[in-house]
Amino acid sequence: MIEWFHPSILFIFGAFLIPFLSGKARQIYLVLIPALAFIDVVFMSQGTYWTFTFMGNEIIFGKADSLSLLFAYVFTIAAFIGLVYALHLDDAPQHMAAFFYIGSSIGVVFAGDYLTLFIFWEIMAFASAYLVFARKEKAAVDAGFRYILMHVTGGVFLLGGIVLHYIATGSILFGPIEKDGSLAFYLIFIGFILNAAAPPLNAWLTDAYPEATVTGAVFMSAFTTKTAVYVLARAFPGTELLIGLGVFMAIFGMAYAIMENDCRRVIAYSIISQVGYLLTGIGIGTELGLNGTAAHAFTDIIFKGLLFMATGAVIHMTGKRKLTELGGLYKTMPVTFALYMAGALSVSAFPFFSGFVSKSMIIAAAQHDHMAIVTLLLTLVSAGTFLYTGLRLPYYMFFAKESQIKAEEPPRNMLAAMGIAAFLCIAIGVFPGALYAILPNPVHFEPYTFDHITGALSMLLAAAAGFFMLRRLLAPEQTISIDTDWFYRIGARIFMWIANKPIAAYEGFVSDLSNTAVMKPLYAVARISLNIDKYVVDGIVNGVASLVLAISARVRRVQTGLVQHYAMAIAVGIFVIIAIYAIM
Amino acid sequence: MIKRLVDYLGNADNAGKLKKLLYISLAVIAVADIFAPREHAAFFWDSIPAWSAVFGIVSIVLTVVAAKILGFVLRRREDYYD
Repeated sequence: MIEWFHPSILFIFGAFLIPFLSGKARQIYLVLIPALAFIDVVFMSQGTYWTFTFMGNEIIFGKADSLSLLFAYVFTIAAFIGLVYALHLDDAPQHMAAFFYIGSSIGVVFAGDYLTLFIFWEIMAFASAYLVFARKEKAAVDAGFRYILMHVTGGVFLLGGIVLHYIATGSILFGPIEKDGSLAFYLIFIGFILNAAAPPLNAWLTDAYPEATVTGAVFMSAFTTKTAVYVLARAFPGTELLIGLGVFMAIFGMAYAIMENDCRRVIAYSIISQVGYLLTGIGIGTELGLNGTAAHAFTDIIFKGLLFMATGAVIHMTGKRKLTELGGLYKTMPVTFALYMAGALSVSAFPFFSGFVSKSMIIAAAQHDHMAIVTLLLTLVSAGTFLYTGLRLPYYMFFAKESQIKAEEPPRNMLAAMGIAAFLCIAIGVFPGALYAILPNPVHFEPYTFDHITGALSMLLAAAAGFFMLRRLLAPEQTISIDTDWFYRIGARIFMWIANKPIAAYEGFVSDLSNTAVMKPLYAVARISLNIDKYVVDGIVNGVASLVLAISARVRRVQTGLVQHYAMAIAVGIFVIIAIYAIM
Repeated sequence: MIKRLVDYLGNADNAGKLKKLLYISLAVIAVADIFAPREHAAFFWDSIPAWSAVFGIVSIVLTVVAAKILGFVLRRREDYYD
């Protein structure tokens, strides 16, 4: 009997089987793996498993506690729903990328040390980027490259932080980080909040998600930001910086979502806004705050997936993605509309929908700690969330005008996936007990009090009344809104301009200058030295050589080999010596 | 059933009736909210009658105005990056 089995194994190794299967067999396999993974998580016991020693450090693949199990539950559920939604797709590489992406996300959730975490973190970035590239259009490929560049940069920050953390503490175990304001603290923090899409590091999300394939965006909405929320909840609970950042994110996402024309980009900004709530809960850091974050992450993954699936279904069936081009689909896609609304009412925290039982926990945590401004702003964003996801987007997508767009309900598998998600949204909303039972801390929170229901309902209905009065001001326009990606899109262009214009001109000037003022004299000098070499140096060398030859040709004759000549030479020599002595 | 309900919502002839339904239910719930028993008021505004409804409508107006102003600064033509 295996004591503990890592669910990532099913996805990461299971991915390699996908290309060898086809038709029905592949479809069965695609839903069987997440189902097995879910069962694996359900029967999983808490504890530390699969530890190895690597270069003197402990590597932990399986750290299972209530927080990691909660994320593993919802990740395997989201994987199942996402794969049902993608069943009609006959694209093995895309399914494989989704498997790697899911497997590595679950790997992060069970990682007990930074090394394991970092490796899965990087696999996530590349696997998810494929889901953007897979749409193949130029806009998608460009956005995919910007996406991967941002994530690789974030990975470098994270790795730098991990190395410094290791040097400082001698440990690579992943856990709460000392709030010492050290460089390691901030580098890891930046690496994590980049994946959580916190401004100004947010634009990779809203840039790339709407460019991903219809099915790919569903996976992307679930995993990257939520693994970031998970690691932040583990490493940085009670970090006050996260409260301000989270509230700012919630407002920031809402402000952009209201202006947006691309339907999936509205939902992408909605992710940023909801992750803002999650970070606020982590920043508050109390039992209630962390419970709120865990609960809202769980419900958010499901309703955000549902919103991406429903808008994706509209794009899949109509080929249009802008609100200005859509409208009047209520006649042809009523079921899609109804399923969309289940997600929209959930994200808006409508009573008896899942967001109501989770989002109110985070607001209650702020209330409990007497954070008046945080409470007011988060409540304001709740009303705003209903405005842009529950009213403006569905109004301009499904109603607003009698449209001539030819459309019908999406394929059965898409409807089934949305149906499962909508069912879960309502089930959690009506019976929150099951969700509360798996939260990391004991729950003493009752969402369904009379005043809470009437308060939430009257606020949301007032928001609806406000929308119908002001809706002309909210009509979509054919515009895009500049976000922080401006800095690297226009910034890169300025860099390229500097490279092309001033630097290229300078380069031209320098090469001209060197051609005329430097190279010509150099050529002349070279020519002179060539001549010197040829005639003077070579002449001397050759002259010396021929002189030596000539002399030796004569001197050679001295050696005759005849004794009388030598005797004669000796005699002459003696005579000369005596003569010199005599004269001196 | 879903189709009939959605058709009813989308039919322009029913817009007046739906609007009336919205306003009546808002009024009923706001009144119920005034009389809702509150065990503890965390902040002073929790004891203001119909606070949630007022806050809801004020939030929407603020949000829409803020979005309009931001739009002047941030909105660009669609081919801005091309």
